[in-house]
Amino acid sequence: MAGAAVLGRLTWRAADVVGVATETPRVKTIAFDVDGWPGHLPGQHVDVRLTAEDGYQAQRSYSIASAPDGARIELTVERLDDGEVSPYLTDELRPGDEIELRGPVGGYFVWEPSRGGPLLLVAGGSGVVPLMAMVRRRAALGSDVDTRLLFSSRAWDDVIYRDELEGLNGDGLRVHHALTRSQPPGWSGYARRVDAEMLAEVGPAPSERPQIYVCGPTPFVEAVAEALVELGHEPLRIKTERFGPTGG
Amino acid sequence: MDALMLDGNAVAGLLQEVFTVEMTTAIGTCGGCGATDAVGAVHVYRGAGFVLRCPHCETALMKVVAAEGRVWMDCSGLRTLEVSV
Repeated sequence: MAGAAVLGRLTWRAADVVGVATETPRVKTIAFDVDGWPGHLPGQHVDVRLTAEDGYQAQRSYSIASAPDGARIELTVERLDDGEVSPYLTDELRPGDEIELRGPVGGYFVWEPSRGGPLLLVAGGSGVVPLMAMVRRRAALGSDVDTRLLFSSRAWDDVIYRDELEGLNGDGLRVHHALTRSQPPGWSGYARRVDAEMLAEVGPAPSERPQIYVCGPTPFVEAVAEALVELGHEPLRIKTERFGPTGG
Repeated sequence: MDALMLDGNAVAGLLQEVFTVEMTTAIGTCGGCGATDAVGAVHVYRGAGFVLRCPHCETALMKVVAAEGRVWMDCSGLRTLEVSV
C-alpha cells in the first residue's frame, strides 16, 4: 500500500471548488483542487468541515469518487433535506469557493487493480461512490480484472453515473442495475431489491473466491452481506461500508 | 438491526487523528468473545460520541468522545489491538 496515502497526522487542508456537476436531481459531484493533497486509494474518504460565522462547526465524511489524479479530487454528494452539511455542499458551492477537508482516511475499504480479482461490487444508491473510484481506477490503468457491479437504485433517473457506467461496461466489467421502485418501459434489468438469487446470478461463485465490496445504507448492507454469507462467500472476503441516515 | 448503525470506517479520521496512523486496518480482539476483526469491520453507533461494538457479540470495544480539543477513550472491552506501523 502506498504509505504516503495512509500515514501521518491528519491536517485540515484548503480545498478550492473547481467544478460542480449534476448527477441526478438529488446528487451532485463537486471537484476540488486540494492544497498539498498526498494522493489517495480508491475507496478512501475525506472528512469535510464547515465553519459558520459564529464559529459553530459541522463535520461529515464523504467518499472520494474520482480515481487518483494529482491534486484533484471529486466528491459525489446526495442532498439530504434535513441534513446539516449536504444541502450546503449541493446547493451553495460554486467554483472559486473554498472549504476545509482532511484526508485521505480509511484503508480497510480500498481496492487497487494490483490486488486482482475477481471483484464483486454491490452498491445501494450513493453507496456507489467509493466503488466508482475503484471502477475508474481500473479503467484508468487498463486493467481487465473480472469485475461485476450490481447497482441498486430507486428509478432510472436516480442512477448515479448512469452514462459513464454504460460507456465503461465491457472489457471485463459487467454492470447490472436493479431498480426497486419504478422501471422505464421495456426494462429488462432487475426490478426488485437485491437478494441472494440476484447475487448468485450476477456474481462470481464462492468457489472463485471473489473480493467483495458492499456500500450503501445500513439496512441495504446488512441484507446484502447476509445473503452473500448464505450463498457461501467467506465473511472475511466481504468488506462493507455503511452510511446511516444521519450522514447529511 | 439498527438503521443508525455505522461501521469502523466512520471513525477512520477520528482514530487517525489520535494514533497518527491508518487505523481501520488495525486488528482488534474482543474482550468479550475473543473474535478478531479489522477496526473497519466493527459496528459503530453514534451519539454524544462513538461506541465501537464487536460485530459478533456486541460487546462495547471502545467508547470515544471528542470535545473541546480532547479525545477521551474507554478501551475496556478490547483485549488487544494490533496496528501496522
